[in-house]
Amino acid sequence: MGLAILLALFVAPEDADQGVSQRIFYIHVPIALTAYFCFGLGAWKALLLLWRGDERYDLESYVAIHHGTIFGVLTLVTGSLWAKASWGVWWLWSENQLVLFLVLFLFYCAYFMLRFSLEEGPRRARSSAVYALFGVALIPVSFLAIRLAEDFIHPTVFTRDGPQMTATMFTAFCVTWAAVTLLAYVLYRVELAGKRLDADLRELREALQ
Amino acid sequence: MTYFADVAALTRKDLKVELRARDTLPAMLLFVLSTLVVFRFALPEGTSDAAAYGLLWVAIVFTALLGLARAWVPEQEHGVLDGLVLAPCDRSAIWFGKTLATLAFLVAAQVVALPAFVLFFAPLDPTALAGVALADVGICAVGSLMAAMAAAGRARELLLPLLVLPLAVPLVVGGVGAAISPDGERYLLLLALYDGVFAVLSWASFEYVVTE
Repeated sequence: MGLAILLALFVAPEDADQGVSQRIFYIHVPIALTAYFCFGLGAWKALLLLWRGDERYDLESYVAIHHGTIFGVLTLVTGSLWAKASWGVWWLWSENQLVLFLVLFLFYCAYFMLRFSLEEGPRRARSSAVYALFGVALIPVSFLAIRLAEDFIHPTVFTRDGPQMTATMFTAFCVTWAAVTLLAYVLYRVELAGKRLDADLRELREALQ
Repeated sequence: MTYFADVAALTRKDLKVELRARDTLPAMLLFVLSTLVVFRFALPEGTSDAAAYGLLWVAIVFTALLGLARAWVPEQEHGVLDGLVLAPCDRSAIWFGKTLATLAFLVAAQVVALPAFVLFFAPLDPTALAGVALADVGICAVGSLMAAMAAAGRARELLLPLLVLPLAVPLVVGGVGAAISPDGERYLLLLALYDGVFAVLSWASFEYVVTE
């Protein structure tokens, strides 16, 4: 992670027309990709839950989506900072990635509302899983919708001709991406371990009483 | 074919309940009309028609939410849902029947609301009407599943809009696009895609939501 920050801040060459603000790209994009990855993982675990009916997937799905939402907030904040630096405004509705993220963020906030409003048990696990699956279906559909409804202002970095970056920029990008993914994974394991410990403790306490 | 007979029976049951109790439809009608009147005063004089189309969509989505919030109330109050789940029919038929019944209420409300919109605000062309029809299907399909999920929760009236609104964003984009864009067919395609994806998803996942 330290190496990643070093690379992003000092090694990668500055973008010709965006200057120093462009460096936030090395943080913003990996965080956004990691958030998508977390949502995808959460939905995958949700699918496994519905398929196999094993309760442990419920917690895994929930924790993955929890981290997806945290990284989603970070994406919104860094994206907003970047927008301020390069376009001079905090928020652009014509910027489809930001809008998509906002919709997803609201969607997953509702996921937490749903989860905390239902009684604990298999039904809650399955309802949350169904909702999480709707989330991954919502991503491409709203992406399409938002893209239809906007003009293209976002710099498209990955095109069909491969990444439009120099080698050092690409290396720095990959290293930060790996670092952020690793961070997300570690957080995921830690929270999962904590939540499992909680559940075990509760069971023990109930057994003792 | 027994599947469709089940669906038809369930839809008929919902329509009959509504016909006798008259809980939902008059409320939806009154709501959509008063929303339109409020919007008349919310828009400054000389605003373009495009803004009015946007408000029409706000009115449609909220009217649908009003109907959906009531959708599972009869089942909840009398424990009918448990009976239906135990009945020897495919569980997704329950969702299908509820979707059709809600769709019928929403369309009935729009039969009054859309002419009122034309009268008060701006004309609607066939593409815009097709957009309304497609979005109705989508919002009822997704909404009746979400309403079933929310009905099990503690704060069901509060929960439902939170669950449905983020999912309704593509519908609003498609509906407004179909009304104001010169090439509205692309937006109709988007709406059809949404309907297909989410109807199948809701149909397939309903069973998990209602069984214990």
